[in-house]
Amino acid sequence: MPDTILVIAEQREGKLNRASLETIAAGQAIAAATGWALEAAVVGASVGSFANELAAKKLAKVYSVESAKLEPYTPDAFAAGLKQFIEAKQPKLVLMPHTYQVRDFVPKLATAMGSTVISDCIGFKHEGGKLLFTRQMFQGKLAADVSFTGNSPWFATFQNGAFRGDKAEDGASAAPVETVKVEIADGVVRNRPQEVFKEAKQAVDLTQAEIIVSVGRGIKEQKNIEIAKQLADALGGELAASRPICDSGWLPMDRQIGSSGQTVAPKLYLALGISGAIQHIVGMKGARGIVAINKDSEAPIFEIADFAVVGNLFDIVPPLIEEVKKAKAGN
Amino acid sequence: MKILVCMKQVPQKDAPLKLNETATWIREDVSYEVNEPDAYALEEALRQKEKHGGEVVVITSGPARAQQVLREALAKGADRAIHLEDNAFVGLDAFNTARAFAAAIKDEQFDLIFTGLQSDDYGYAQVGVILAELLGWPHATIIMQIEKTDAGIKVKRELEAGFFQFVDMPLPAVLTIQSGINKLRYATLIGIKNAKNKPLRKVALADVQSAIGNNLQMIEKLYIPQKTKNTEFIEGPPAEVAKKLVEKLRNELRVL
Ligand SMILES: Cc1cc2nc3c(=O)[nH]c(=O)nc-3n(C[C@H](O)[C@H](O)[C@H](O)COP(=O)(O)OP(=O)(O)OC[C@H]3O[C@@H](n4cnc5c(N)ncnc54)[C@H](O)[C@@H]3O)c2cc1C
Repeated sequence: MPDTILVIAEQREGKLNRASLETIAAGQAIAAATGWALEAAVVGASVGSFANELAAKKLAKVYSVESAKLEPYTPDAFAAGLKQFIEAKQPKLVLMPHTYQVRDFVPKLATAMGSTVISDCIGFKHEGGKLLFTRQMFQGKLAADVSFTGNSPWFATFQNGAFRGDKAEDGASAAPVETVKVEIADGVVRNRPQEVFKEAKQAVDLTQAEIIVSVGRGIKEQKNIEIAKQLADALGGELAASRPICDSGWLPMDRQIGSSGQTVAPKLYLALGISGAIQHIVGMKGARGIVAINKDSEAPIFEIADFAVVGNLFDIVPPLIEEVKKAKAGN
Repeated sequence: MKILVCMKQVPQKDAPLKLNETATWIREDVSYEVNEPDAYALEEALRQKEKHGGEVVVITSGPARAQQVLREALAKGADRAIHLEDNAFVGLDAFNTARAFAAAIKDEQFDLIFTGLQSDDYGYAQVGVILAELLGWPHATIIMQIEKTDAGIKVKRELEAGFFQFVDMPLPAVLTIQSGINKLRYATLIGIKNAKNKPLRKVALADVQSAIGNNLQMIEKLYIPQKTKNTEFIEGPPAEVAKKLVEKLRNELRVL
């Protein structure tokens, strides 16, 4: 029997999330490189319909791992249920998307199995028979190739967007689906989660903005936000920010861009003093044009910028405001 | 409530990083600071203590330089500190780091353990959750609010895309704290002075060696990531850069 890769897909609010398909695409790529078999599982109280949906993909088998205790999500139930399932199936490698839910339970699951997780990976390499996982380090300034040195099951999670979900191949015919009931004893689940909710409705909707000027910690002080505001006004755009600016209360939370804020795709995203951490980038990388001004030539934001200025934003923004005004007046 | 806060020293955000000779880690001659979410974790612990009484203990692992993080925490109001002091701690994976911490606190009885939700260097986001599993405690991650209840605590978890969830849980528990949960305080002069007399327990590698094992994962190679996009760098004095940028905005991005 060849070794097996198992993808644990994530479903929420009645849907398989996009990250799950990305992880299937990752699994297919690793299976192609290693010759290992690829299977998938979906976990919950009654998840057969998701398993059937996944079965259209090129997979050797799909499992729905079920127990009434798996709904609502708790780390205790997911770790206990998946431990049982994985011990029975003995996959070599277990892949999951690096979602908030996965990061909540996968280190617990791996520890309970005496194993480890290489978390938040952006790719893999298969070199000389060795499997390496690439992940960002130091907030994206460096990358590392990481290997497993212990026994399987090995766990790895993939960052949102690391693989393309629409590239997940369909199978020639539907994969067989099997329901596996797991036993989770009373008393295992200790947390009592309440309903998921969104804070009061957002006052600003940046998703429709065509031009966004976004400020990061490079703006240094609250009062300096004014020059970014002037630039946004001159351009006829909206003002947005990275998380630390909103954490400090310098701009309201509903102007935050990123994984815990809004996701935008304007024609122009002008980043002032933003380093380009992945949690920020996921919220704006869909912008058609990205201009970044940052004093650090190594800042990761430059990796995704169309136009980049290495320099002090306080030197560049004032003349930029004037030039924009001139250009607008000339129109 | 007796609260332990796990804190880490990481390279400063703006520090230029250089690779070491084997390209497996960075050269250590950079400036360091406290990992940002850990500062919020400490602040939250201090606030909980101010509300409910108890004790705040801070713990870190790393070489002598890492003591700075503990000194700052003591100056802000933590009661005592534990330092797992050895350069070797820097290279431990998350499982081993958690095992070392668990061994170092085996004679203590905490109600809560806080960690930052992830570190700015490795970014594993794992030590807190692993520690909970090793201790047999419940945990919750990415926490934005903590309230004491009759039965334990009620915490607010941040979820993706602006969603949240309240979770009731018993004590003792481990929580990983998100940046922005509170407003950080500064150390006062008196605080800095008092910190000098607060207890700091040192733990040597040998003291916890039997609790840890081989790393289960290894960095084979560290490198500067390849660029994926053709970025055009605009250079010159500010006035010229401004002119060139406006030309790009007009002619290439067509937003003017
Ligand atoms: C679970 C989770 C969720 C998160 N969600 C989000 C999110 O939704 N949105 C978000 O933004 N972040 C989020 N973060 C935080 C994220 O990881 C980063 O910490 C954050 O994006 C950094 O913000 P920044 O770039 O403004 O600050 P820094 O990383 O501190 O960068 C500041 C930059 O300014 C530059 N600079 C300084 N002075 C100047 C100057 N005078 N001129 C020009 N440049 C200058 C510096 O070189 C540096 O690159 C999240 C983190 C986690 C773990």
